[in-house]
Amino acid sequence: MLTYEMKMITIITESVLEHGLLEDIEKLGAKGYTVMNVRGKGRHGVRHGDWSGDSNIQVEVVCESETAEKIAEHLQKNYYKDYAMKVFISDVKVLRSDGF
Amino acid sequence: MSLDPVVLFFMLGLAAGLMRAEMRLPKSIYEFLSVILLIAIGLKGGVELSKQNFGELLPDIGAVLAMGFVLPLFAFGILYYIGRFKKVDAASIAAHYGSVSVGTYAVAVSYLVAQQISFEEYMPLLLVVLEVPAIIVGIMLARGITKDTKWGQLAHEVFLGKSIVLLLGALLIGWAVGEEGVEPIAGLFFEPFKGVLALFLLEMGLITASQFSTLRHYGLFLLGFGILFPVFAATIGIILGSMLDLSLGGAVLLATLAASASYIAVPAAVRIALPEANPTLSLTASLGITFPFNIMIGISLYHMIAEYYYSIGVGA
Repeated sequence: MLTYEMKMITIITESVLEHGLLEDIEKLGAKGYTVMNVRGKGRHGVRHGDWSGDSNIQVEVVCESETAEKIAEHLQKNYYKDYAMKVFISDVKVLRSDGF
Repeated sequence: MSLDPVVLFFMLGLAAGLMRAEMRLPKSIYEFLSVILLIAIGLKGGVELSKQNFGELLPDIGAVLAMGFVLPLFAFGILYYIGRFKKVDAASIAAHYGSVSVGTYAVAVSYLVAQQISFEEYMPLLLVVLEVPAIIVGIMLARGITKDTKWGQLAHEVFLGKSIVLLLGALLIGWAVGEEGVEPIAGLFFEPFKGVLALFLLEMGLITASQFSTLRHYGLFLLGFGILFPVFAATIGIILGSMLDLSLGGAVLLATLAASASYIAVPAAVRIALPEANPTLSLTASLGITFPFNIMIGISLYHMIAEYYYSIGVGA
């Protein structure tokens, strides 16, 4: 089966940031994204996800590695200091190369 | 004093949360309940406005707006100069306390209805008026007027947040269609109000319980502030209510609005406008201390203060 190497950047952060974050991601070249409501525990404590003030989102973007790096750098510079945020980049294989 | 079942449901949620009971309501249920409450409150206010001359309400609106700008200044002074909080944290907490909690307002309405005390039905208009000023004051206290603040994004967060859109929207709908117009939808929004409020408070009890774990990190000053500042603000609300010739019930509601602290609209706005403010600090105060205090003790206390003040003050 023919596949193409791409990157997936995963961002887990506070729900309140969703609006601005997605705008940033698109500006930096992402052609699409998937957003999920998630909950969990990290350095900033437990996030129960019961209501808007206590919930996290997970954003996934599949893109070229250049775009993934651009997004990661931007997030580190603008969000890491004050917000609860985790970002990681993984290798993925996709079935068609267009649309990312 | 008669027990209000909605308050007991709050206590049930609180106890269940503290004992880590296997009970959670799905987030979407919580959101749905709050949508019903917001629309019900907005519609009630709007229907009343359809019977009123709006011009006569302008002095009330102006006075309450002024209170919305002044209360956070008091709160900031206390937190910054006496409590020695960081400037940005003091400003953030002040913004929470200057704004309002719709949940607390709903419990106060339920309390007055149960006690058969009448009040000015246009109060939801004043609720909307009080939501916003404190956010602006809080951000200016922390930042001054700078170009750094993303006012555009902030305005979006504040004015297009769920509570303002639904309250104001329902207010306008109620105003437009009047008493008979809302009749067909009363079955969803007005009749089950208390049941919806009971469920909502059950969930609020669970949420409040989850705030308790952070409470002990912040010490007695925050605890004292979370209880005493609302009482002080309520007293200002009562005095203002009497100056505006509100009924006793209206004064209790204005007191409750002054005393309540926001835990939805303001945290979201402040998180974006003042990223370096500690969000746990302000949420612990408004949701972990002030909300349960107001629900279980505050509202009846403000009723007592208002009764006393009206017995000595208004006749003179």
